[in-house]
Amino acid sequence: MKTVIVVGNGMVGYKFCEKFIASSSNNGYKLLVFGEEPRPAYDRVHLSEYFENQNAKALELAPASWYSDNGIELITGQRVTDIKKENKEIHTATGHSYTYDYLVLATGSVPFVPPISGVEKEGVFVYRTIEDLEDMLAYASQIKAIKPNGRAAILGGGLLGLEAGKAVLDMGLEPHVVEFAPKLMPRQLDTRSSNVLQLKLESMGIQIHLSKVTNQILGDRVIEGMEFGEDDRLDVDMLIISAGIRPRDELGKTCGLDMGTRGGIVVNNKMQTSAKDIFAIGEVALYNQMIYGLVAPGYEMADVAVNQILGNQEVTMPEDIDMSTKLKLMGVDVASFGTPYMPADKGLSIIFENKTKFLYKRINVSHDGKTLLGGILVGDAADYNILHQMYLNGMALPDNAEELIVGARGEEGSAFGSAMDLPDTAQICSCESVSKGNICSSLLNGESDSLKDIISCTKAATGCGGCKPMVVELVNETLKSMGKEVKDVICEHFEYTRQELYGIIKVKGITSYDEALDKCGQGDGCEVCKPALASIFATIYNDTANKEDVIQDSNDRFLANIQRNGSYSVVPRIPGGEITPEKLIVIGEVAKEFNLYTKITGGQRIDLFGAELNDLPAIWKKLIAAGFESGHAYGKSLRTVKSCVGSTWCRYGMDESVSFAIALEERYKGIRSPHKLKGGVSGCIRECAEARGKDFGVIAVEGGWNLYVCGNGGATPKHAQLLAEQIDNETVIKYLDRFLMYYIRTAAPLMRTAAWLEKLEGGIEQLKKVVIEDSLNIAEELETDMQGLVDKYECEWKQAVENEEIGKRFKHFVNTDDKDDNLVFVPMREQKMPQPWTN
Amino acid sequence: MDQLNTNNMETLFHQYAPVALDKVTVWFKACHEQDIPENGGACIKYKDKQIAVYHFKRKQKWYACQNLCPHKMEMVLSRGMIGDSEGIAKVACPMHKKTFSLETGENLNGDLPSIATFPIKVENGFVYIGFSE
Repeated sequence: MKTVIVVGNGMVGYKFCEKFIASSSNNGYKLLVFGEEPRPAYDRVHLSEYFENQNAKALELAPASWYSDNGIELITGQRVTDIKKENKEIHTATGHSYTYDYLVLATGSVPFVPPISGVEKEGVFVYRTIEDLEDMLAYASQIKAIKPNGRAAILGGGLLGLEAGKAVLDMGLEPHVVEFAPKLMPRQLDTRSSNVLQLKLESMGIQIHLSKVTNQILGDRVIEGMEFGEDDRLDVDMLIISAGIRPRDELGKTCGLDMGTRGGIVVNNKMQTSAKDIFAIGEVALYNQMIYGLVAPGYEMADVAVNQILGNQEVTMPEDIDMSTKLKLMGVDVASFGTPYMPADKGLSIIFENKTKFLYKRINVSHDGKTLLGGILVGDAADYNILHQMYLNGMALPDNAEELIVGARGEEGSAFGSAMDLPDTAQICSCESVSKGNICSSLLNGESDSLKDIISCTKAATGCGGCKPMVVELVNETLKSMGKEVKDVICEHFEYTRQELYGIIKVKGITSYDEALDKCGQGDGCEVCKPALASIFATIYNDTANKEDVIQDSNDRFLANIQRNGSYSVVPRIPGGEITPEKLIVIGEVAKEFNLYTKITGGQRIDLFGAELNDLPAIWKKLIAAGFESGHAYGKSLRTVKSCVGSTWCRYGMDESVSFAIALEERYKGIRSPHKLKGGVSGCIRECAEARGKDFGVIAVEGGWNLYVCGNGGATPKHAQLLAEQIDNETVIKYLDRFLMYYIRTAAPLMRTAAWLEKLEGGIEQLKKVVIEDSLNIAEELETDMQGLVDKYECEWKQAVENEEIGKRFKHFVNTDDKDDNLVFVPMREQKMPQPWTN
Repeated sequence: MDQLNTNNMETLFHQYAPVALDKVTVWFKACHEQDIPENGGACIKYKDKQIAVYHFKRKQKWYACQNLCPHKMEMVLSRGMIGDSEGIAKVACPMHKKTFSLETGENLNGDLPSIATFPIKVENGFVYIGFSE
């Protein structure tokens, strides 16, 4: 049995372990890992997220049990102090010693603290570990307690420094970034892009101080400020140093390994140090006289070391290491790749800058205009992945290379083809070295079948995650090319489309969810099939959501809309948007009594926000007593029929739009459908009710109404299309009954009318045949079914407040009458809002 | 973000750690069996903790987990729909339909942190939840 000892349990040390146990030739080896920090390896790249959620576990790369499960001995909290090369032995601070056959040094780096007088003062921190962050958080909260407008400076305007700036912003202190160089991110950006980034950061409240040499830290015992030169000082309450890194190479130094003149343990392309059984990887290793502070080269080094130790000698470190990076700094995209800036004799640049939108894009192309040499993106790095691939693979540039950054003129879409155009060797995920070929062949040879499979078997997109969109595209396109259609079944529990299921349930007379599972499904169901079945039952039997509450979508279960903090909003029905002053007063009184935030909705009614679950029945009792009914704002059902004021008041009105809107809303209220339904009635073609933006819209014209169907607002707005012209009220209702029922029966779950029409073969012409000419000979049945639903309408809130059993559902705790004490509201413009967690 | 929030969130998060069956020191008598809807869930309070309790009637199984969804830190998991994913019992958060295994607490449709699960038993019509403190 040979022993491999890994010193250091950071990201690279962890990657070494992962690659080691994944190797097929690791039999006969034992892995022993030393970590100095009290917890197993975590994701330092996303360290600033710790400020958002304070969740150290979320950053963990693998739980402690992962090590024991894989036969790795992990010793945390113990520092290795000495290496005895000749005995192949290491010693720890606690006086233990261990012998090794191979030793891997992955000790990483420490923050570089410049020798400025006063850096030892209280309130000066470095930014590196979770413990550093915890100390900073504790200190910041002390400051804020005594000084709400406290300031914190960050020394260093590089990548990590700006990350730290975000942390300061999250802590609620005023951030000041102090940089020695005349620009931000001096290693990645040119001056112009740095200016754009600076403007953007300043607009977010981060103050930037460039070309500042800090002479000393001011203050007696505690930091009070920084002095740059005579009469040039900045008062701060806290300082975070982020001025670069220094390799943690003491172990190498003391045991006599070859070292770089400015630190770092010298390694060859096998990651071997000057002692052949000692390897160094990550930020402690000096390769090609460089320390690589990025995670991707560190991972590659880990891979090389694993292969070398396990006897696979061909795997070595490449000569050129790609230093391209893309990151989001405080929500701002910043990316640079290849040679980001360069002398003019090497190539030419195409630059796009728009300071009003904080955008900067630069690509460098060869003199012949054929190859991409590198570039910089600030503000929008959406095209980084593909540009980076073009650079890595030496792909030919299009004739108008400027289209790569400003977009093709005169047409939508980008100048690039799809990710499928890349060569198989293109590295899609650089953190995990996954090529396009790896992804596509895994799908083609049947090893994987979905995005989930690809991620678990190739590990693509599990590092920084930047490549995820490309991975998704490759998976989808490859599956499509294999002729694999995603089957339209509801979910894993029912192997049917919604329409098929509708037929089965109707024919077999199934009346409960469990019965459906027993007769045509499997398993315990899920959040997709339960509401779908509930909707089908509602269409066939018109039961309200109270009958089987546990299969209702969560909003239907509590007959209210859940809002950001877990409180609910209440929307009484106001048909056609018409309401009496008396009823308005009741709404106001209820809102006052239960301290609710009130807002007029887009559907001409009033929404009351911030109701606690326990209060819902009491609120509705009052509303119902005043003659209100449920507005079904929570349901996949008719919301409102919006109206303009119409011919009763309007001097242009052609017909009584309000009266007709009320009639339609009263008719279709409460009916469950695959998705929400909205209607509109306008009294003339000026269309003030925006009826053509609704699932059904009626517009008064000379000689009757025009009926439009299948429109919607939302993310993909669609104008409704004309179904019939100049028809009277009865005909509108007849056609609407048929249209709505046909849609309700045949659409997929959560498919709105516009998407349904798009999928309907023959489109609007076919719909006209079915609805107007009755080509399928089902019109009578559709009308009867709809009339049945209309006749069986009951207000489900009335049921709920009248039935004690149903009322029990509206309790936050079942074992006490306590309310949820986590619900906290803060004032806003004379009303209230949920207390935000962050920002 | 003000200080109150930082504290709340931190304490909230650290409040919920999974309890293994062999670490149970207290079996808290939480509620009657029929207080929890069949094939659904409800929330109970233990000290200052909020625990979601689910009854899978079809397979005669009970589960308990934290009521806090780690996605947006809201106390809402007990109001979610339950079911299974390839046989693993799960709950879907009512907020954004993040799903969690009720067996391991793992987030099944994303990479959110796991939720804490608790041992649970039903005896003589009462539901008991196991805590270590």
